[in-house]
Amino acid sequence: MFCQECHERPATLHFTKIVNGKKTEFHICEHCAKEKGEFLPGSNTFSIHQLLSGLLYGDPSISGTASSGLSQQSVLACPQCGMTYNQFAKSGRFGCSHCYEVFDSKLDPILKRVHGGNTRHAGKIPKRIGSGLQEKRELEKLKQAMQQYILNEEFEKAAETRDQIRLLEKQKHREKGE
Amino acid sequence: MSLEHFISEAISPWMKKEGPDSDIVLSSRIRLARNLEKYNFPDLASKEESEAVIQTLAGACKEKSCGNFGEFEILHLDQLKSLAKRVLVEKHLISPHLAEQSKFGAVMLNHDESVSIMVNEEDHLRIQCLFSGFQLNEALTLAAELDDWIEQKVDYAFDEERGYLTSCPTNVGTGLRASVMMHLPALVLTKQISRIIPAINQLGLVVRGIYGEGTEAQGNVFQISNQITLGKSEEDIVEDLRGVVLQLIQQERTARKTLQDGLKIQLEDRIFRSYGVLANSRIIQSKEAAQCLSDVRLGIDLGIVEGISRSILNELMILTQPGFLQQYANEMLNPDERDIRRATLIRERIKLEEA
Repeated sequence: MFCQECHERPATLHFTKIVNGKKTEFHICEHCAKEKGEFLPGSNTFSIHQLLSGLLYGDPSISGTASSGLSQQSVLACPQCGMTYNQFAKSGRFGCSHCYEVFDSKLDPILKRVHGGNTRHAGKIPKRIGSGLQEKRELEKLKQAMQQYILNEEFEKAAETRDQIRLLEKQKHREKGE
Repeated sequence: MSLEHFISEAISPWMKKEGPDSDIVLSSRIRLARNLEKYNFPDLASKEESEAVIQTLAGACKEKSCGNFGEFEILHLDQLKSLAKRVLVEKHLISPHLAEQSKFGAVMLNHDESVSIMVNEEDHLRIQCLFSGFQLNEALTLAAELDDWIEQKVDYAFDEERGYLTSCPTNVGTGLRASVMMHLPALVLTKQISRIIPAINQLGLVVRGIYGEGTEAQGNVFQISNQITLGKSEEDIVEDLRGVVLQLIQQERTARKTLQDGLKIQLEDRIFRSYGVLANSRIIQSKEAAQCLSDVRLGIDLGIVEGISRSILNELMILTQPGFLQQYANEMLNPDERDIRRATLIRERIKLEEA
């Protein structure tokens, strides 16, 4: 197959675009591709955002047929940067950090899809702004473990964990008291 | 230091140090995405906001006490010519996105170019640490140190439940992208790669071409990186990637051995033919050049080709990109002219090593 642009060299880049079910194909050679756009490597290609917004557009609350309750959500907007949920769904990017709070109720399914089912951060916590968080997370972890031990009827281990929890909570109160 | 310092040499000083497993792993990279709490994300930020972000971060990184990282030089993207930007992309010091789309972008680079902090890319900050060979943990340690150091001076957008808040939900959580650049010619030659890539994908990792998202693998160089950034710790993310890379190294070594044992003459023929093309051609397109360079590099790794340094693939793959060719020629070149320049440059470089 020859390049659609120069009709000289063989086509090595094949693009398929599907818009509203209509399929368009392009076949061009590397030379013409570079010539046309002079684009940088890696740019001008199908991006993760396009993919993501494709996923988000499947959201029934932003299609026109939504019920009144849902259509209210579709005008959900961030008071900080002004981004609406619709805009976010189109671009696949948030406008500011407050968008996370504003769109929180809709985020879990999106995050689950992108992050292998995960919705909660389990990594680093910034030292300066998150000092109390570390302890809090440790406590939560222990409480979860205790529940599991109880369910498994491993009561000795559950009791040990309960003691650890008490110790940590005591420490926390003492620090607060000081 | 000046801009010339960063665009005149094809390989960054950090690349010249040979790292562990460098016969297969070309480089390891850690990237952390961070945002400042006060300002809109770069996509929506006003000019004033974007400038304030640059000021804040440049201020934070100006102090001499940056310990292990050395001093940073700041380059404002709007003050750079398009060719200079392109060269920085080809060296992987900035992303195509920062070069092309960012309205008020900047980049802070340290002297040996092992640390690059992009400002106002998709996020306010993209901290990137690069190491040669297979040194993911070392890169993570350095990136974390730099992150802590910046965090003392600025307020990051962070949420207890969602972690570090990023412009795109694909980066939220740790904001961490760990990636390893691997040269896997034997797995390609033995056609095992097509079976391996889907398996890697199933593990939540992504395989890409050398310039990241959406690029094809040139010269058998593949970039392998984590996809998931939420719900796992930084250490676990890196460990998962490390495990897969270790397996790939082993498989590539086995495939190389199989080729050497069973198809020695065919392998030698292929390698020396490629060497012949590189040493003699007058016109060469980038794809063919990358393939031949990959063959020759395999020949060097297997002791079949002698007298050429291992860095030839790294160096020439960067040096023969359009931006660098034009930088060297000191003029704009059309694709045909570039193919001629590319052939000349490779011939000279390969000869230089022979002598």
